Amino acid sequence: MSNAPRITLPAWIDVGVIPLLNILMALVAAGLVILVIGEDPLQAVQVMIQGAVGYDEGIGYTLYYTTNFIFTGLAVSMAFHAGLFNIGGEGQAYFGGLGIGLVVLALDGFAPGFLIVPLAIAGGALFGAGWAFIPAYLQAYRGSHIVITTIMFNFIAAALMVYLLAGVMREGGNMSPETREFADAAFLPFMHEVFAWFGVTITRTPLNLSLAWALVCCVLVYLFIWRTRWGYELRTVGQSERAAVYAGISPPRIVLMAMCLSGALAGFVGVNELLGVQHRLLLNFSSGYGFTGIAVALMGRNHPIGIVLASLLFGLLYQGGAELAFEMPTITKEMVVALQGLVILFSGALAYMSRPWVERIYLLARGGSVRKGA
Amino acid sequence: MDDTILLVLRTLDATLRVATPLIFCAMAGLYSERSGIVDIGLEGKMLAGAFAAAAVAALTGSAWLALAVAVLVSMSLALLHGFACITHRGDHVVSGVAINILVAGLTIVLGNAWFRQGGQTPSLQADARFMPIDLPGSEAASHIPVIGQAYAELISGHNLLVYVGLAVVPLTAWIVYKTRFGLRLRAVGENPAAVDTAGISVIWLRYRAVMICGVLTGLAGAYLAIAQNAGFSRDMTAGQGYIALAALIFGKWRPWHAFGACLIFGLLDAVSIRMQGVELPGIGEVPVQAIQALPYILTVVLLAGFIGKAVAPKAIGIPYVKER
Amino acid sequence: MVETAIELRSISKAFGPVQANRNVSLTVTKGSIHGIVGENGAGKSTLMSILYGFYEADSGDILVRGAPVSIRNSNDAIAAGIGMVHQHFMLVDPFTVLENVMLGAESGPLLSESLRAARSELERLEREYGLHVPLDEVVGDLPVGQQQRVEILKALYRGAEILILDEPTGVLTPQETDQLFEILKALKGQGVTIILITHKLREIMAITDQVSIMRGGEMVAHRPTAETNREELAELMVGRKVRLDLDKAPAAPREAVLAVDHLTYTDAKGVPRLKDINFAVHAGEIVGIAGVSGNGQSELLEVLAGILPPGEGTVRLGPVTATADDPGDPEQRRANGIAHVPEDRQRLGLIGKFSAEESAILGYHNDNAYLSGPLIDRAAVRADCEKMMRDFDVRPPDPTLQSSKFSGGNQQKLILAREMEKNPDILLVGQPTRGVDIGAIEFIHRQIVAMRDAGSAVLLVSVELDEVMSLSDRIIVMCGGRIIGEVPAAEADARMLGLMMTGIPREEAKKSAGNAQVPA
Repeated sequence: MSNAPRITLPAWIDVGVIPLLNILMALVAAGLVILVIGEDPLQAVQVMIQGAVGYDEGIGYTLYYTTNFIFTGLAVSMAFHAGLFNIGGEGQAYFGGLGIGLVVLALDGFAPGFLIVPLAIAGGALFGAGWAFIPAYLQAYRGSHIVITTIMFNFIAAALMVYLLAGVMREGGNMSPETREFADAAFLPFMHEVFAWFGVTITRTPLNLSLAWALVCCVLVYLFIWRTRWGYELRTVGQSERAAVYAGISPPRIVLMAMCLSGALAGFVGVNELLGVQHRLLLNFSSGYGFTGIAVALMGRNHPIGIVLASLLFGLLYQGGAELAFEMPTITKEMVVALQGLVILFSGALAYMSRPWVERIYLLARGGSVRKGA
Repeated sequence: MDDTILLVLRTLDATLRVATPLIFCAMAGLYSERSGIVDIGLEGKMLAGAFAAAAVAALTGSAWLALAVAVLVSMSLALLHGFACITHRGDHVVSGVAINILVAGLTIVLGNAWFRQGGQTPSLQADARFMPIDLPGSEAASHIPVIGQAYAELISGHNLLVYVGLAVVPLTAWIVYKTRFGLRLRAVGENPAAVDTAGISVIWLRYRAVMICGVLTGLAGAYLAIAQNAGFSRDMTAGQGYIALAALIFGKWRPWHAFGACLIFGLLDAVSIRMQGVELPGIGEVPVQAIQALPYILTVVLLAGFIGKAVAPKAIGIPYVKER
Repeated sequence: MVETAIELRSISKAFGPVQANRNVSLTVTKGSIHGIVGENGAGKSTLMSILYGFYEADSGDILVRGAPVSIRNSNDAIAAGIGMVHQHFMLVDPFTVLENVMLGAESGPLLSESLRAARSELERLEREYGLHVPLDEVVGDLPVGQQQRVEILKALYRGAEILILDEPTGVLTPQETDQLFEILKALKGQGVTIILITHKLREIMAITDQVSIMRGGEMVAHRPTAETNREELAELMVGRKVRLDLDKAPAAPREAVLAVDHLTYTDAKGVPRLKDINFAVHAGEIVGIAGVSGNGQSELLEVLAGILPPGEGTVRLGPVTATADDPGDPEQRRANGIAHVPEDRQRLGLIGKFSAEESAILGYHNDNAYLSGPLIDRAAVRADCEKMMRDFDVRPPDPTLQSSKFSGGNQQKLILAREMEKNPDILLVGQPTRGVDIGAIEFIHRQIVAMRDAGSAVLLVSVELDEVMSLSDRIIVMCGGRIIGEVPAAEADARMLGLMMTGIPREEAKKSAGNAQVPA
């Protein structure tokens, strides 16, 4: 049976209804898993919603997670538009964090905050881009499969960071593999602090100003991809390499540019986690966020607005999942990882599975007339 | 001199043990990719197979039952991948990645729910595993220098699945190049339209390829959990599925070449483990993380094509649509 | 007694909202050669796909030798004795001829047995029908004419008594076409029924006994070939009177603006594609490159356009000089007044998923006219696209519509508009009317001549000899990567050019052509 679109569905169905159906299918599948392990899916959903948005602290945590997913989601989508599948977000975020850590540790002794923070952000971007550079170069100039190389680089990054944090970068006397705490000047203010400046009190949560940077990135990414000529070249390469060459574009250079920008965006996870919350460089701070970015990008149809919405959903799931692991210990937090896989499956590979049914219902609703033409 | 021979033999012995999951997965990937279906999901299928084998072995105490279930589980995931790629013409890479992530999460959720050990399965007794087999005459042979020792150390003493893995390579070569199925398999990866117009079902052919892939990855997973080790631990595949894929690409999708690449990886791993704690001139002690990262670095180096460029089956990754 | 080989009754087939076949009926006499003509999108390929089991008809019946059959897949068709030679060959390039023919008709699960059986059967077929191909050669290495013979052998091997050929001569020289027609006549003599799908009216007149005309998904007429002519067929295909020749003023060429000097090019696999090419094009003239596809014309175009680097020699286009050390690129070409309409419009000329206005700036997206600061000036892009659509009658004139949703002809007009409205000094055009319906062909040809009259130098590459002869002021013939000869349009005729396209030098070709019988 062909899934090729036979009629043109209105945009709101293509962009709204079908993605929603995909998420629903993923959630139902996850619900089945919960049933299998002997728990009640509906109760689980209740606990999750309550934990995510039922109280102030939950909302704060949800948005804090959302920030990370916006960064990795933008990263994956930037690469997707150039026709590349960047699975290396984990490693790029991790290595980007190293860049942030190095800048801060070097400067926080004497430089003021308004200098350290932008420089640290730049360091995150640079290091994140750098970690994406080699796989990008190998794909562009030697045809090496970028999916495999970026996954390999994830593993390599993990090994490298353990080596550094358990070794040279460790704070003397501390048993944990992490650096010393950053100086106050390098702290990105928490949202509850920001609100306090205006006299408003909100609950203490890890949510911090990096959310604003994430939203700024959304706007910048949108403008870049759809409104600039470099974005035009990027999209052209993603659609057809041969047409790109015809148009005077160099596909290898675009591959490099796209991946480096992608890596840079992933590197901003550290802005949230390190500058905003942990205030030190530590192991596994980016764990899982890179892969979530894939689910977010696919769910959000690689568009910043969709990515923000999808990030919110996954923020809900993460926070709800943490609450769930607390209240229903049989369902561990890895349930969210499994759900991610389901989302990627239904929004990515099986994205148009529901199309024939939707078409049929749509036609019935419209009176069942089929346009005739030659 | 005797010690050196023993060292070499022990290293080669370790090579085989480490290479076995890679061999199973590389052969698995060969069937799938030759038919035109990209399979990034070797990792996930192997992990799922490992979990299934360990869980069933822990619950029933039967290694054979565990093996059978592992194969079934991997095959189901393979069919899911096939369903997404063949029937729904979804993106092969996205589907593979989805399955990998799904399995990574699901194995821990189920493992924790059923065994309450944080995702691990309980340690297995010897009778629930595939234990090393001493081939006949190995005790006597071990006294004969070099050849006898090779027989005793290197060839004998492996568990059943290692031998199966080694046998799968010539079997695959025979199937792919000497049978009707193999001819059609290779054809459908190059030009599915030619196969379709010859009256052969492209879909059924690809599903069969994908199912064989499932069987072999199930064997790989079972090997990890109930032969090489004594149970399942989280993320125990550690990227070997991807490494096997790299070996396949490096071996230009040919059985014996891919087998060779798997052996190279196995050898490197076996050698590097012996390097732990050893001091190299000028560098000092090699950090343990560098050794851990070696297989991944080697994968990248191999894929960088410094040793020849690989040409994939022409129709790989392209969903087959009858053209109007 | 006239026996009917195939009868189609009221076949209808819709793809979503598009009615590809509507109540099509057809009767094909056994042992005849029956032609089916129609424009692109007329429904002839769909009809044959139904006959071969690729699709199932929504309604209607198929009768083979008088008995109704149900054809749901290729196997049913093959069992009914129907074989098909597709326009794009269904061959597995790395396999040998033997393996290709055998595929799907192996005699057992092990190959060794099948190979032996297939070899002896094929040798018998070759003797019986006079179709000779080297059985153990890799198909991908064979010349196109031989590949087509492998396709025919495949069908005969499966016992085809009814052979369908879909646009078989697009890739053949006129001489190879003659050879094919000899084979078809021999097959006809053996009682094989042949259905020939083509849009080449000349060939219909040359070889068929009956011809059926399709238009807009419907069967509009049947004619015995002897009782009709090209003009009538063209009119039936389009639904109105069609000019088959172009009125154009004589050229007034000025200085040479494009000069190719000892150009050589070898591709990535080490195959020499261009061998010592020398020619020039002047402002105000159209030079047409004639030749069967695959003889270096595509590479020539791409070297000129900056997509491929020259191997040896130089190429001068206006102010640009390209050599192996300094090949330039398409961006540089465009900046210097050289425009390129690519042969493969769907894969190179536009981006299917982009809107028309985004495709309309492909290659020109760095032009200051389209930019405002770091951003693209959407308003300027849209205005330009609207102008292009008006001037070149692109329908529907909607810049926001996705490029893939335009018909082939309209896509081509948009691409031509994009390249021509930049008023290039040099215009490189490849296959300008491939897959374009007759009405649009007239329009496109007139636009190309208009460019010439405005002073541009036009280099035209086309596999349609009629098009080259009708548009060009001078014709250059290529074969095997070399220029065989140059002929002023006034002196050129199809026979002579056809011979040159096989490598025979001009003078010899002229003599041979003069001697041969010339059907119109």
